Amino acid sequence: MGTILAVLVDGVIYASWLFIIAAGLTIVYGVMRILNMAHGSLYALGAYAAASLAGAWLRAGLAPIGTYAMLVLAAGIVGVVVGPLIERGLLRHVYGRDEVVLVLVTYALFLMIEDAVKLVWGVESYFVTEPYGLLGNVELGPLSYPVYSGILVLAALVVGVALRFGIYGTRYGKLLIAVIHDREVSAALGINVNRVYLVTFTLGTMLAALGGALTAPTVSVVPGMGVEVIVLAFAVVVIGGLGSMPGAALGALIVGLVRSASVHFIPQVELFSIYLVMALVLAFRPRGLFVAPEARKI
Amino acid sequence: MSTFRRTTLGLAIALVALAAAAPLLPRWAMFLVIISLAKGLAALGLLLLMRTGLVSFGQGLYFATGAYAAGVAANSLHVGDAALMVLGGGAAAAGVAALLGLLLARYRAIFFAMLSLAFSMILYGLLVKTPALGSTDGFNVSPRTLLGLSLASGPGRYGIYGVAISSAFGCAVVLDRYLRSYLGRLAPAIRDNELRVEYMGASVRNVVHLNLVVAGALAGFGGAITALAVGHVDPEMAYWTTSGEFVFVAILSGTASVAAPFAGALVLEMLRSFAYEHAPNSWQLVMGAAMLAVILFLPDGLWSVFRRRRRAAT
Repeated sequence: MGTILAVLVDGVIYASWLFIIAAGLTIVYGVMRILNMAHGSLYALGAYAAASLAGAWLRAGLAPIGTYAMLVLAAGIVGVVVGPLIERGLLRHVYGRDEVVLVLVTYALFLMIEDAVKLVWGVESYFVTEPYGLLGNVELGPLSYPVYSGILVLAALVVGVALRFGIYGTRYGKLLIAVIHDREVSAALGINVNRVYLVTFTLGTMLAALGGALTAPTVSVVPGMGVEVIVLAFAVVVIGGLGSMPGAALGALIVGLVRSASVHFIPQVELFSIYLVMALVLAFRPRGLFVAPEARKI
Repeated sequence: MSTFRRTTLGLAIALVALAAAAPLLPRWAMFLVIISLAKGLAALGLLLLMRTGLVSFGQGLYFATGAYAAGVAANSLHVGDAALMVLGGGAAAAGVAALLGLLLARYRAIFFAMLSLAFSMILYGLLVKTPALGSTDGFNVSPRTLLGLSLASGPGRYGIYGVAISSAFGCAVVLDRYLRSYLGRLAPAIRDNELRVEYMGASVRNVVHLNLVVAGALAGFGGAITALAVGHVDPEMAYWTTSGEFVFVAILSGTASVAAPFAGALVLEMLRSFAYEHAPNSWQLVMGAAMLAVILFLPDGLWSVFRRRRRAAT
């Protein structure tokens, strides 16, 4: 009984973390048709920015409770600075190219950001454990969990609800849906597609950075931390269906539960269980769980 | 002279030049050439796939399969002969590709890329958690003989180098021949419009499947040669960044000529050893910028520069 509970709780915590990152990846693909390989690097950027900002806050002798604000602020700054820089500086010039070419472009971007991070922050590791330890632990039956994990779940819920409301409940969201369905017709109807792309990519970057910023207190922030994240996020969005937000949520939950179940029951398969699920889903639903198959064009 | 003859002649000249240079090369340069040729073989497989319109982000799977198969052959099956180890590596990788191809041959574009990535990550996960294969550390591989000659002394020192250059030469010539055959010419047709290829009566899935197996075998040869040269195999060979490097080489060199991936890999390895010494932390930055420049300004790869000039001259 205790094990099952542990599997569920661990799975949900892991899924929350995955969802925040995968949501950014899937929204960028849905709107812009770019499968962003640099997403993991943006995640790492968020973690570094959070570590630096929260560290500066603590060094200034301010109340440690403020570090939470610093984590969110870091994600915001990375999104607003780096997102438009990449979109305006690079992606704008490759729109309309083949999707695979776009993957390669973002792969090149991934290589560049990995080193840019090393040049700015050096190769040593950073720690900001204050936000993690500050709230203590909570007892869940026989198990003890850090309250910080609860914040992570809460953050994922907030992100999910905000995206849902933002896309279906606001005027701008409706413009976004129009662009997703048909870029050219939207442009012809007077929607500023370029601005929609800019906003979307900024949002995607912000979500990746938020994932990184919220992870920063729980790990040591080191070069290369985004390398594994990108393939995990790929697995999540491919399982759910590229470009589908409910798909990202369900994919994150599936991956989270599969991973925590394998960690608890058969630890040998932990690393590849996720990719096995991804391969299985692709074998039976080639476009993922939430996306209908597409007719072949002559 | 036909283009095939000209390509073969060019490759033969390169083979003779590399063989003649062997006694002059210091050990590190020889190692660099071997590794470049091994990676070039994997990129050569990608060239074939890219001509078919597919980009695989999982060639590391076959690379690692080839390397591990060579290692297992030497350590557990007591096959110490370098040539046999390379052949075994290629055969094992081709077998894995034939099996996975049953599924992979149905996918295109990014779904193909993602599924191949997933498969290579599955292998990575398996290798990391298999104590019999050394888990994360991998294990050492030591070839003892080449065609009966000892590799330890005398001319045997050049054995691995010889295996590398002759495998690269053989694979390049055979692949060039294949690309000019009926089946090989279907590849660009499939890339352009596979439905029309099917209307013409050819089986797209079979051709794609065959090309997957060929590409897998090439990556397997490359992996086995790497295992021989380094004397060690580890799971990193199956990690997606290894596959990404092959894609990088293939994009950089383009699909115009079978010689291009080898030239591309050689340039990359030389740049890398240079950059590691002088700017270890900005090496990937340069690599990424070079890749972007090629994608944006030379969509057919660096090799296309020669071709364009030649066309302009005639």
